[in-house]
Amino acid sequence: MGRTLADKVYDAHVVRRAEGEPDLLYIDLHLVHEVTSPQAFDGLRMADRKVRRPDLTIATEDHNVPTTDLLKPIADPVSRTQVETLRKNAAEFGIRLHPMGDDGQGIVHVIGPQLGLTQPGMTVVCGDSHTSTHGAFGALAHGIGTSEVEHVLATQTLPQVKPKMMAVTVNGSLPAGVTAKDLILAIIAEIGTGGGQGHIIEYRGQAVRELSMEGRMTVCNMSIEAGARAGMIAPDETTFEYLKGRPHAPQGEDWDKAVEYWKSLRTDDDAVFDKEVVIDASTLAPFVTWGTNPGQGLPLSESVPDPAAFDDPTDRQAAERALEYMGLTAGTPLREVEVDTVFVGSCTNGRIEDLRAVAGVLEGRKVADGVRMLVVPGSMKVKKQAEEEGLNEVISAAGAEWREAGCSMCLAMNPDKLTPGERSASTSNRNFEGRQGPGGRTHLVSPAVAAATAVTGRLTAPADL
Amino acid sequence: MEAFTTHTGRAVPLRRSNVDTDQIIPAVWLKQVSRTGFDQGLFSAWREDPDFVLNQPQYEGASILVAGPDFGTGSSREHAVWALQQYGFRVVIAPRFGDIFRNNSTKMGLLPVILPAETVEALQAQAEQDPKAEITVDLGERHVRSGDLVAPFEIDDYTRWRLMEGLDDIGLTLRHADDITEFESRRIPWMPTTV
Repeated sequence: MGRTLADKVYDAHVVRRAEGEPDLLYIDLHLVHEVTSPQAFDGLRMADRKVRRPDLTIATEDHNVPTTDLLKPIADPVSRTQVETLRKNAAEFGIRLHPMGDDGQGIVHVIGPQLGLTQPGMTVVCGDSHTSTHGAFGALAHGIGTSEVEHVLATQTLPQVKPKMMAVTVNGSLPAGVTAKDLILAIIAEIGTGGGQGHIIEYRGQAVRELSMEGRMTVCNMSIEAGARAGMIAPDETTFEYLKGRPHAPQGEDWDKAVEYWKSLRTDDDAVFDKEVVIDASTLAPFVTWGTNPGQGLPLSESVPDPAAFDDPTDRQAAERALEYMGLTAGTPLREVEVDTVFVGSCTNGRIEDLRAVAGVLEGRKVADGVRMLVVPGSMKVKKQAEEEGLNEVISAAGAEWREAGCSMCLAMNPDKLTPGERSASTSNRNFEGRQGPGGRTHLVSPAVAAATAVTGRLTAPADL
Repeated sequence: MEAFTTHTGRAVPLRRSNVDTDQIIPAVWLKQVSRTGFDQGLFSAWREDPDFVLNQPQYEGASILVAGPDFGTGSSREHAVWALQQYGFRVVIAPRFGDIFRNNSTKMGLLPVILPAETVEALQAQAEQDPKAEITVDLGERHVRSGDLVAPFEIDDYTRWRLMEGLDDIGLTLRHADDITEFESRRIPWMPTTV
């Protein structure tokens, strides 16, 4: 029987397989940040263990870092201690670190691909659930907890039980004005937050093939929001084109060998998936969430749903609770929902194409009175490129704040947060209660919708302007 | 890791679905660099509500959390497991768990038990009617007992063995250090390094 893309990558990394035990899987790249690593390094010290492969490990500071005043020390002493702890650990264990202020610094899932460290056929892990981002390259990439971070540091392997395989096939092309973010939000709404549980999702079909690498990263990034630990897309010319010439991409003869191998990383025609979902791209439209989990979303043209319309009692109860938290009334057109803040950034939508989309909408327009708009590049390199293209000038001229790189208001561990009751349109990945600050209310949107929303102060698609 | 064989305790009914790890432990608590003190952060936003189930005196000292489907979704933060354990929970029962949370739990000796939605509902109703009712979770027998109710659950043999012995994964893996070295000798040479 044929094998799936995920089967092929998984099988190529099995160090040891024994009856009745999990497989031991080799890890090609371990990404580290300040939040989920300190206790893992402590564990190594207590057991007198070393990092087995510092040369396959890279660290950055992202979750806690302020996005203003980079030259000053971090004001929050607890955040500062965590960042300083990573610096000490990286120095002690010999790990390359991109600290705050460094031109290679950025969100961990932005800098890996940017450096060309994420390549097809690799296994990639990080103590962060959005590690699924790297699956866009045909890598097997997933988030792990701190115990597993320590395990990978010590052994460069992970005990794994092979997940089941799920195909999400998106036929046809996305209509004009519909982006990768709209696509993944629609997929999550379709299959639910538990729909991918226990599975690796492979995204396939014409609409997926037509996405840029950055669009593919947006899709794979939110696989975890559908319950899947990993999402993958088979590598193709788009992938090779993106990788060629990046600092850590293979060169010369190695490049040719690599491409030859990468071309074999595709699901065989006779492979069988455990679960399959088919989506017709032509039916999709700009999408927005109305609730407190990423599966509670609808096309922007619709209205806030009535909880009574949900057949399943659990869904009904969740919808009731969500509307109460979100301060929304059933039947309100989503286009009439007013926001206070617009956040553009995160590992989902903090890349150059996202910033171009935002600047494209903001060009010649102004952010509405009373609306605060933050634009936070995913990395210092993205920031630099955007400034070279003049995007920052368009964004600033419209009245938005142009910031330094980091995770920022996606999870509000730094000073960028919502106040209680404040409502945002956000290009990030989670609309959980309090995610962007205690009591804050989040609507997940694409960068284009975020920018249009900033202009009107209500949830808006660019086509509505 | 503390070994888990069997545990008897009282239950807390948490009638919510999609309890993501941001709710279990909000991000502000993740700034700590130690492994202790996370009990204070457990459900810290929800605990501000005096009616929240953990604030009800009849559930004080309960050690089994009985929650709705998709418990522990979202962020990979293992701090969620530490917070539950440090608060006093030994077991979480739910119809379905987020994969990473469930995996993190078994690394730390917090037992995630998957039971059908009807059984979870029955256990929640029982805990509401009689907060003193005890539940026994027997990992050896792979079942949950309470009064007349006996509910079998599935867990793979290896994880069960590791939990019952309280074994640490790193020690187990390092027994196979030679296999890792051998694998490294045949890795694709052009795979990138970070140096």
